[in-house]
Amino acid sequence: MPLYLTDEQQMLRDTAKDFVAEHAPVSHMRALRDANDATGFSRDLWKQFAELGLTGILIPESDNGLGLGHVEAGVVLEEIGRNLSPSPFLTTAVAAVEALKGTPHAARWFPGILAGETVAALAIDERAKHDGRIEMKAERSGNGFRLTGAKQFVTHGHVADLLLVAAATGHGTTLFAVPTDTKGLTADPQRLADASLAARITFDGVEVDADAVVGEVDQAPLARLLAAGRTGASAELLGVGGGAMDMTVSYLKERKQFGAVIGSFQALQHRAAHLYSEMEVARAAVLKAQQLLDAGDERATDAVSVAKAMTSLATTLAVQEGIQMHGGIGMTDEYDIGFYMKRARVLAELFGDSNFHADALAQAAGY
Amino acid sequence: MAEDLETFRAETRAWLEANCPETMRTPMRGEKDATWGGRNPQFAHPDQKIWMDRMGARGWTVPDWPAAYGGGGLSPAETKILREEMARLKCRNPLNSFGISMLGPALLKYGTEAQKLEHLPRIARGEIRWCQGYSEPNAGSDLAGLQTSAEDAGDHYIVNGQKVWTSYADQADWIFCLVRTDKTSKQGGISFLLFDMASEGVSTKPILLISGYSPFCETFFDNVKVPKANRVHDENKGWDVAKYLLGHEREMISGMGLGGPAGDPMIDAARKGVDPILRAQIALFQVRSQAFKAMSERFIDELKAGRAHPAQPSMMKYYGTELNKARHELTMAAGGSDSLEWESEASNHGAAPRAWLRTKANSIEGGTSEIQLNIIAKRILDLPS
Repeated sequence: MPLYLTDEQQMLRDTAKDFVAEHAPVSHMRALRDANDATGFSRDLWKQFAELGLTGILIPESDNGLGLGHVEAGVVLEEIGRNLSPSPFLTTAVAAVEALKGTPHAARWFPGILAGETVAALAIDERAKHDGRIEMKAERSGNGFRLTGAKQFVTHGHVADLLLVAAATGHGTTLFAVPTDTKGLTADPQRLADASLAARITFDGVEVDADAVVGEVDQAPLARLLAAGRTGASAELLGVGGGAMDMTVSYLKERKQFGAVIGSFQALQHRAAHLYSEMEVARAAVLKAQQLLDAGDERATDAVSVAKAMTSLATTLAVQEGIQMHGGIGMTDEYDIGFYMKRARVLAELFGDSNFHADALAQAAGY
Repeated sequence: MAEDLETFRAETRAWLEANCPETMRTPMRGEKDATWGGRNPQFAHPDQKIWMDRMGARGWTVPDWPAAYGGGGLSPAETKILREEMARLKCRNPLNSFGISMLGPALLKYGTEAQKLEHLPRIARGEIRWCQGYSEPNAGSDLAGLQTSAEDAGDHYIVNGQKVWTSYADQADWIFCLVRTDKTSKQGGISFLLFDMASEGVSTKPILLISGYSPFCETFFDNVKVPKANRVHDENKGWDVAKYLLGHEREMISGMGLGGPAGDPMIDAARKGVDPILRAQIALFQVRSQAFKAMSERFIDELKAGRAHPAQPSMMKYYGTELNKARHELTMAAGGSDSLEWESEASNHGAAPRAWLRTKANSIEGGTSEIQLNIIAKRILDLPS
């Protein structure tokens, strides 16, 4: 398969580009922030995503979804990234759907996701750094389990209907689908640097039935969930970095100093050209990971780590160069470039940063 | 269609397994293991010739060239499959050739039918080895300032002047050469000539480099007669050919960023155990290196589909060469004092340190990194002069 978008995927990109830019541009995110919005995203917008069919992008056609793949989901996420649109798309329509697909949970949760009513969140991380260690306990209790422990960095966790919770079950990790109205569960939303909301969640002996288990006991489909989440986050990062770069290159063509547009100065041209190169390479890495994931290829694991690490590195560069080349105005809250820097930092951290994934690659290569 | 491709893959795999000698599936130990062909070919192992000849006979040294010119006549999808299957078997490149990577594409675009028929099949079979007469002592990054002159003498030109950094000029059979046919116009006064290095008046002088090898030469032309039929494209239009060819040269050089098809001494050393800081540096390098591998695949796919930006080879060249330099720095660090041995048998006569030093030219030859950044800034990002 060639490593570029097919005609159909390009059409989807055009649709997503227009839709997101019209309904959820950066000003939309700014307005939510200024209003100190407690939800963290617009529920109306989530409905509109559903009306376009986008919330069902990864849901199989047999379950009334679009039955598309990670390339297509990424096309949408890139536009979400480019516009810094607050949306539960990544956690709900990508990561949660991927975990629930083909399980009995699909029948319960997919209709709400397709309708743009249900929001899902991922309760995985227990420490400030994503490290794969799960210490939260799920002990057998009656015909089900009792969950005790704490999670953090749960994006949309305070407003989600469904939590996917990873917990230790003696001989491994088990994934549970836990409705958020279950007793004993407390979500404490935290405003992050980028104005998004992520919850710290405590589970104080939360009782769930045995049928809350996703997949098999001790065999959480975490790899699948995380591969989807990481690939999606990479695509969103690509949008954030690309948006910051475009904004910066435009500024270089407008701003004048010393009687010339600053983009005519070689010192800045070289910085911009280097940035372009890093972003192009990152784009290739993302598409490679998406295609391998869609093909069920075993090389996908490494490719996903490459994509997440590379987009984190390239986008971090994009937002830093963005502010530097904007000069003083880039430091003002009034100007959008700073939002890109904040969003990039959050996404770089989500599901493992570049160091985490470089380490994973090293281990896979045997060193 | 997809079924046909799977059949092609199966047949290709079977053919490669039957025809690629086992020795040609082992990692190259240094520059000396590379196959270049030519009138006086040098093979460190006789299997190199067998492998080159078998692939050449099938046109698979140049799989996507038309069969009429000695190529394999494969589609982009088939070419990609061949490449994948060769990588899977860890086949060495059967033929390194500036004819394949540089002149061939330019001849396919700008050559006359007679020129194509004369030169392309010989390139494909590795019979003629080419060198590139571009840089001059006073025309490096400012290549179009070149002064080597070609005076009109009726049915031929008389060429006088000097080239420098001519890779393997002392071993090449023919040269593709930029000459000045009009002194009144800079870019518009350049022509593109082909001639035999055995012509009277051509001499070469190897330049000893920091690697201890002499892959580059000074090349002198003293009243060399070149038939006008050997000019590619119109007189004074050679800059178009030169630029087109440079795109392909940059594409080739960028491939260095990918590392070899088999084995990676940097990773091997890391597996034996290195300190945690070096391990981290190697791991972060792996991220960029594997991402660039995807970029190369994307670039070739886009190129074959006519979707690549015409200046994208500059990005590939810039990124690939900087990456390759970084790879060799890390390889040297990982190898420690072992990789300092310059002449021992164990070090394969200093393959590692010589390769490390050789890579320093990567970001200079074929247009410096800074020239590539200029091109990206102006042609892709559309930043003003």
